Amino acid sequence: MDETVSEFFRRTILKIPLTEMMTILKTWNFLSENQLQTVNFRQRKESLVQDLVLLCEENHASLNDAALLDIIYTQFHRHQKVWDVFQMSKGPGEDTDLFDMEQFKSSFKKILKRALKNVTVSFRDAEENAVWIRIAWGTQYRKPNQYKPAYVVYYSQTPYAFTSSSQLKSNLPLLGQALTIASKHHQIVKMDLRSRYLDSLKAIVFKQYNQTFETHNSTTPLQERSLELDINMDSRIIHENKTEKERVQRVTQEIFGDYPQPRLEFAQYKLETKFKSDLNGGILAEREEPLRCLVKFSSPHLLEALKSLAPAGIADAPLSPLLTCIPNKGMNYFKIRDK
Amino acid sequence: MSVLRPLDKLPGLNTATILLVGTEDALLQQLAEAMLKEDCTSELKVHLAKSLPLPSNVNRPRIDLIVFVVNLHSKHSLRNVEESLHRVDATFFLGKVSFLATGAGRESHCSIHRNTVMKLAHTYRSPLLFCDLEIEDFRDTMAQRLVRMLQICAGHVPNVSALNLLSLLQSSENPSLDDL
Repeated sequence: MDETVSEFFRRTILKIPLTEMMTILKTWNFLSENQLQTVNFRQRKESLVQDLVLLCEENHASLNDAALLDIIYTQFHRHQKVWDVFQMSKGPGEDTDLFDMEQFKSSFKKILKRALKNVTVSFRDAEENAVWIRIAWGTQYRKPNQYKPAYVVYYSQTPYAFTSSSQLKSNLPLLGQALTIASKHHQIVKMDLRSRYLDSLKAIVFKQYNQTFETHNSTTPLQERSLELDINMDSRIIHENKTEKERVQRVTQEIFGDYPQPRLEFAQYKLETKFKSDLNGGILAEREEPLRCLVKFSSPHLLEALKSLAPAGIADAPLSPLLTCIPNKGMNYFKIRDK
Repeated sequence: MSVLRPLDKLPGLNTATILLVGTEDALLQQLAEAMLKEDCTSELKVHLAKSLPLPSNVNRPRIDLIVFVVNLHSKHSLRNVEESLHRVDATFFLGKVSFLATGAGRESHCSIHRNTVMKLAHTYRSPLLFCDLEIEDFRDTMAQRLVRMLQICAGHVPNVSALNLLSLLQSSENPSLDDL
């Protein structure tokens, strides 16, 4: 086995936490049960990795096998990457051909290889007609860099693809082109949506987030639920603004629903508007140039945080539609200009 | 009936009622529960309100002490308190109103300066208490203090009136306030 491939194996296996090692190796399904049984998984990690690499050499593992392992690792650790969303569209009057996965894969690979001689492309099928694509970029004269790959998750029955923000931004147009042509689309557009949580992005883009789960609690009307809370409270505590609280709960529920919100880490608003003021005159009011301003909301779970603002008394209900439209519009980057 | 007056009702027997006014319901609720845990010879009642005026069609006992809770992290809470203050009769401010500022411990999150609330309390000639209501121990200590203040304001402590308490609480540690 080539030294670079061997090193790539070593580094990839080293990334895997010990607790997940068995699960990931079994998912990879490259080393047999018998081979895995010969390895002592309780030893120090460096020695364990060495043993595993030797086993890979025995099996004549190729670069593609290593790439596959890398894909599996990334699938288990998808939150480590930040994902962008792309939407493709067909031209007017184009037929919806039946999608052929194998044809897509070979076409995609061919387009990239034709443009860049040195590129490693690997595929792994996933559920829901999705395919995970790993691309290691090289140039005309340099071999592909296996340690900075880009990932694309394409749901073939939809016009959507999710890409991990690659550090090599210059290859993005080529990637977009390859994806569009291979999937027989006409155009590709980057959506203003970005997050670490791939499943949440999926839920937003495929509009799957508003499923109410079939639990006992969701069927009880709001009135009954608020009464339940009262019984637990001391009767010496009296809430004066109960009607207002109920209104806030109702409005929040109407906007956000009962279901868990998809997970985003931030929302960014870029303002480019001219200054508007009630006061006549003033230095800022006479500017022709728009004011530029950036407001960024961050949170470990932005939408749940927004949902809890009004009930917590930190903001008035209803919240600004700029905040509440995020899952509906499928955007968390906004540019606000004068109309 | 949109303005609160201190002596417009007869007191209940051995009852002391406190009104907590603030935007953050969870904090008020926790403070109320902490107060009710205290051993107290009087019967305590805690009313929680987001803002004033209070709904008028409700039969409520005489309010002995109003505490306005301002969260230093939120300008919204300060504005809410400032607007609610207009619904309180002037005679309440003879020892039966107090301000409570929370959130001073997390300096980086504060969007309201300490001096702003200090000035507000000074304008209304009422004591200002600082307490991080999110921390259980501080909250319990403040609850104890409030219960004692409430008992005095309800007249349950012999020889001490709300006005006495007020003059005792006027702090002399910040002479610069007179310059404000």
